[in-house]
Amino acid sequence: MLIKDKSIVEDEWTVLRLKEGEAADSVTVPAGRVIVPLPVWNCQHESLQGRSGLGLWLASFERAEDIPDDVSRFPVIAVDFHKYTDGRGYTLAYRLRNQFGFRGELRAMGDVLRDQLFYLQRVGFDAFAVREDKDIHDALNGLNDFSISYQASTDNPQPLYRRVERGVAR
Amino acid sequence: MYRYDRFDHQIVAERVAQFRDQVRRRLSGELKEDEFRVLRLQNGVYMQIHAYMMRLAAPYGMVSAAQMRMFGHIARKYDRGYGHFTTRQNIQFNWLKLQDTPDILADLATVEAHATQTSGNCIRNITTDEFAGVAQDELIDPRPYAELLRQWSTFHPEFAYLPRKFKFSITGATQDRAAIEINDIGLQVVKNAQGEVGFRVLVGGGLGRTPVIGTEISAFVPWQHIITYAESIVRVYNEFGRRDNLYKARIKILVKAIGIEEFRRQVEEEWKFSKDGPSTLTQTELDRVAACFTAPDYERLPQTDAAVATLLQSNKGFTNWLKRNVKPHKVPGYAAVELSLKRTGVAPGDATAEQMDAAAALADKYSFGELRITHMQNLVLADVKQSDLIALWEEAKAHGFATPNIGLLTDIICCPGGDFCTLANARSITLAKAVDERFDDIDYLQDIGEVDLNISGCVNACAHHHVGHIGILGVDKSGEEWYQVSIGGNKGSPASVGKIIGRSFSFAQIPEVVARLLQVYVRERHAGERFIDTVRRTGLDPFVEYVYATPVPEDEKLLLPDYELIKLGTPYDTPYYSPRF
Repeated sequence: MLIKDKSIVEDEWTVLRLKEGEAADSVTVPAGRVIVPLPVWNCQHESLQGRSGLGLWLASFERAEDIPDDVSRFPVIAVDFHKYTDGRGYTLAYRLRNQFGFRGELRAMGDVLRDQLFYLQRVGFDAFAVREDKDIHDALNGLNDFSISYQASTDNPQPLYRRVERGVAR
Repeated sequence: MYRYDRFDHQIVAERVAQFRDQVRRRLSGELKEDEFRVLRLQNGVYMQIHAYMMRLAAPYGMVSAAQMRMFGHIARKYDRGYGHFTTRQNIQFNWLKLQDTPDILADLATVEAHATQTSGNCIRNITTDEFAGVAQDELIDPRPYAELLRQWSTFHPEFAYLPRKFKFSITGATQDRAAIEINDIGLQVVKNAQGEVGFRVLVGGGLGRTPVIGTEISAFVPWQHIITYAESIVRVYNEFGRRDNLYKARIKILVKAIGIEEFRRQVEEEWKFSKDGPSTLTQTELDRVAACFTAPDYERLPQTDAAVATLLQSNKGFTNWLKRNVKPHKVPGYAAVELSLKRTGVAPGDATAEQMDAAAALADKYSFGELRITHMQNLVLADVKQSDLIALWEEAKAHGFATPNIGLLTDIICCPGGDFCTLANARSITLAKAVDERFDDIDYLQDIGEVDLNISGCVNACAHHHVGHIGILGVDKSGEEWYQVSIGGNKGSPASVGKIIGRSFSFAQIPEVVARLLQVYVRERHAGERFIDTVRRTGLDPFVEYVYATPVPEDEKLLLPDYELIKLGTPYDTPYYSPRF
């Protein structure tokens, strides 16, 4: 299951993760809709580039600049949080959305938990593969922690003072 | 000071609700400690030796009388009747139960206060000059900018999981009282040749295990662009700051590693995307916020007060207090008054609930209902009429605020140390007490003059020992507490990092070591020279030679097993989740 655009839906994608002993250049990319890691995309570029229905995932230490193609080629780009405290994925998402113009599904996966969803959504993620041992219905609540925010981000490119008329409360 | 509008109120209320639910899920076991830790830290909640500790925010050190009363209420209702003012111009409470912390946030919200981002690997409480708005050497009041930066950094979605904590400090004066050179980003509000307001920006300062003085990254960023510029710096840091080693994760290490030129290039490259974009500040928003920081209704008064002048002739106690605790003000007939929280026998920076109420009352009576918390862990009433000084002095004495020691040796900056903190290697409050007792002689202290003595219980340097004129650091040597002594540090204008004088000392040797350092100063000083000036002129040698010339005796009294500062009282009754129980 997956949270997509604030609803719980079936996940139509398979994520390819290299297992011990598998190599990026030789692993078999299964048929169907698959999200492949960047090294696999890089190594098998020639055979994969004709395929539609192929997504890409980045580790938090990888950067948007590392993607050799136009990002709009991918219907899905996922960012893998190996630990929820690794904040690089937030900047990665922000830059994919705002500096690389990525408009497809931007998915957070890995150590993705309820209490991080609000910020993840703000920087540009619209899909969340919540960690499997957690209740995805409960996690959905995390998207609504705040109804307003001071600063601009992907979800709201204008800071609060440009969106509303501010003034001292009486 | 800044007043909330309905949006500020709503954001804070939503934060209270969010944290209340997180605490509920922690108490029910739904959230594991590893998942909860970061959430509680970003609300200022630590797990300490005895209980939960909570650090409440006083943005840039400004506190209303109502907020100060609320601190007193919190001390009484949830704690043991006292609190601790910190070097980050905040206040923390030491004896809390986790289940009470959401109520504390809710109580704070009623007086437009919170505990947001007072810990965690995010942008922390922004600090500034405790005399902002009243200092004679101020060019521009930094507080409106501090507030704009506070709002920008509050719940910033991209920067809640930085490699490490991130601290801003901002000053608008010639003399740097905000220690901008030892912050991750230091801002100095300046005017350029055309008279336009902007910021000189320093980056990569910090203390901790590797003390570094900040480097200038830009000589002038126009004020409209400070948000996008700061955001670019933090974004580059978020991407490239080290995450493999806790002790190398601050921005200072990144700047050192790639060099300021390369770091500046990366920031400028990043800034191209956001400069002149929607996050550029508007005049309307600056004006709205700045309107909260206009000068209060000052009266037209003579420069000096006759009764004060008369009492100065006859009363030595008043003279001492006036000399140390009363500071000049830009408006004739006014003064800024420091309430000292450094009394012998009390942990530096501690105040009781009654004192908090008293401080609030003094603020209402004498200073337009506002106070400031200083990074030296004292309080300031910034707008006191000279003609009120005598009455204020009497009341301050009655409440234990009038120790005439601001800036003197016993105005010790001190972290909670081994008595409270899980990180500490050694006790610091207790050591501060020992030093206090040894030098409890105001005439001697006046003669010695300005000395910053900073005591940190571990390398995290919460008491900024690197920039103390005398810095003392608790170190662990095979499970025992020892203390390393450095001299020559300075917190600003210009900042410098102290140098270690030699091998470490035991707890009971430290008062004698301090005494010897002062003896060398008295011997070597030129007329009008402060301790730090003498150290800078002579270098370490005369101090090192004298301190180590003969064995340093231990103070017998300090070796007694019951030597302690504070009565810890009965053990905490419900040690909820504390790993120490």
